[in-house]
Amino acid sequence: MKENCLVLGIETSCDETSAAVVADGKELLSNVISSQMELHRRFGGVVPEVASRRHVERMTAIIQEALDQAGVRLDDLSAVAVTQGPGLVGALLIGVSAAKALSFATGIPLIPVHHIAGHIYANQLVEPLRFPLVSLVVSGGHTELIYMPDHNRFERLGKTRDDAAGEAYDKVARLLGLPYPGGPHIDRLAREGNPAHPLPRAWLERDSLDFSFSGLKTAVGNVIQRKDPVNPADVAASFQEAVVEVLTEKSIAAVQRTGVSELVLAGGVSANSRLREALAKRCAEEGIHLRVPPPELCTDNAAMIAAAGTYRLWDGQTAGLDLNAVANLALA
Amino acid sequence: MKILAMDTSTLVMGVALLDDERVLGEVTTNLRKDHSVRLMPTVARLLEELRVAVADLDLIAVASGPGSYTGVRIGVTTAKTLSWSRNLPLVGISSLAVLAMNGLRFRGKVAPLFDARRDRVYTGLFEGTGSGEVRAVKEERVIPLDAWLEELKDEGPILFLGDDVARFRQRIETALGDDAAFGTPPENIPRAACLGRLALARWRREGKGEGMAFTPNYLQLAEAEAKWLSGRRNGKNTE
Ligand SMILES: [Zn+2]
Repeated sequence: MKENCLVLGIETSCDETSAAVVADGKELLSNVISSQMELHRRFGGVVPEVASRRHVERMTAIIQEALDQAGVRLDDLSAVAVTQGPGLVGALLIGVSAAKALSFATGIPLIPVHHIAGHIYANQLVEPLRFPLVSLVVSGGHTELIYMPDHNRFERLGKTRDDAAGEAYDKVARLLGLPYPGGPHIDRLAREGNPAHPLPRAWLERDSLDFSFSGLKTAVGNVIQRKDPVNPADVAASFQEAVVEVLTEKSIAAVQRTGVSELVLAGGVSANSRLREALAKRCAEEGIHLRVPPPELCTDNAAMIAAAGTYRLWDGQTAGLDLNAVANLALA
Repeated sequence: MKILAMDTSTLVMGVALLDDERVLGEVTTNLRKDHSVRLMPTVARLLEELRVAVADLDLIAVASGPGSYTGVRIGVTTAKTLSWSRNLPLVGISSLAVLAMNGLRFRGKVAPLFDARRDRVYTGLFEGTGSGEVRAVKEERVIPLDAWLEELKDEGPILFLGDDVARFRQRIETALGDDAAFGTPPENIPRAACLGRLALARWRREGKGEGMAFTPNYLQLAEAEAKWLSGRRNGKNTE
C-alpha cells in the first residue's frame, strides 16, 4: 500500500497559496509556494479579504505548476490532501473548494489535514519521524506544544493564551519601526545588540505548559517610551531572549514530563536563529534529540500538508464532498 | 453539448445541467446555508440522478459575481478546478445578468439588484435581445440606491428583480412611480439554467473561455485596499 503513493497537497490557510506533490509520505517531488507577503506589507499585516482574492486567482496555476514540477499527471495521483483549518476561513475555503472539485473530477480520495499537523510533518520530509515525540509548533498564528505517541495521534500539552510568538514578533517590530513581517528583522537586529533590558518571562502557573506573550509586548512598549534614546538592537535582543527562553524551557519541560527523547521544532518561527541555537544547546545538555526543519519547510507550504495527508490516507481518514473549512479546528 | 452551471453568489445556490438548449435538471435552494458544504454534493447528486458522468461534461458555467465575496469565490474556485481537472472550457457570467434573465419577457428594461449594504446596491440595467438572452444597457456597478434611482428616471418602465428589492421597494416606487414594476417571488430567484443558457450562447459566439487566472467580478475593491488608496491620495501613506 505504501508504494508509489502520490499525494497532492493544497494549503491556503493564510497568505501563501501553495500546492505540492509528495511521494510515499516522505519524498518531496514539488512544493510550489506563491507568497502574498509583498501584497500585504503595505497594510502591516495579512488582510483576509485581500488574501482570499489572491488565492482564487492563483490556485489553479499553482496546482498545475506543482504537477509539472513533479513530472506527474493528474491521473497519477493517489489522493488530494488539503488544509481544513485552523486559519482564515475565507482563505481556507479556496483550498477546500479546489480540493473537493479535484477529488470529484478525478475520483481520488479527499483528505482533510490540520495545519499544525502539517507543520510537524514537514520534518517527515527530511527523515522519518520517530515516536513518541514532542513538537514545539511556533508561528505567526500558533504557539503550541504537542505530544505525538504515534502517527496521526496528537495531544496538546500547551498553547498560547493570547498572542502567538510570531505575532509578538510582528507587534514588537512595529514598535521598533521595522517592516512586516517582523521575525527576520528582529532576529537580525538582535544579533547587533545585548539583552540589556530586563523583560518579564511569563511562566504562568507552576507546571503550566501554556504561553503568554502579550505582557512582554507591553513591557517592550514601556521600555521604548521610557528611555530615550533607546538602542533598538538592545531592545530587539532583550525581547528575543525573553521569547526564546520561555519557548526553550517549556519545550524541555514538556519532553521531560512525557518521557520522550525526541523534540521536533515546527512552524515559521523555527527559522529563528536564536531559537535554534538555544534549543540545540539545552537539548544537548539534557540528552534530547532535536529535529529542526530546513528553512524552506518552516513557513506555510503544501508539501507538509501532503506528507501529513499521506499518513491519514493510510489510516483511512478521508472526507466526503461535504467537507467544510473550519477556522478554529481542533487538533485530534 | 453538456453544460454544468453553478451559481453560489447570493443566498440562492443553483446547479443546473443542460444539454445544449435543453434543461436536463436543476436544483435551486434559497436559504442561509453553507454553500461550501453543499455545492459539491449537490453537483454530484444531480449528475448521478441524470445518469451523466463527469467525463460526459463539455462546458462549465459559473456565476462570476457580483454578490457575496465568499459565496462567489466558492463557485468560481469549484468551477475553475473542475474545468482545469477535466480540461473543459469555463465560461463566467455576471450574476446580475443571470437574474435579469427572469425578466426576459418584460416590455421594458430589467434592473436586477443585490443589497451591497450601507444603502448601496449591486445592479445594472438589461434588456431582452429577442433571441432569449439579455444584454446590458447600463454597465454593472455598486452604487447608492438614490443615485441609481435618479439615473433610471428617463429609462421608461423598469422591472426590479431580486429578493433584496423588497427592502427598497417603497423608495423605488416613490422615485419612479408607475415606471417601477416588481418581480414575483419565483422571478426574484436566479436560476442556474439561465446561467447555463447564457454561457452556452457566449461560448458559441466567442469560442473561448476563461483563462487560468480567472477571478470573480467583485465590482469593488477590498475595504482595506480602498482605504489604503484613499489614504495615499490624501498624502498620508508614502510607502
Ligand atoms: Zn502555519
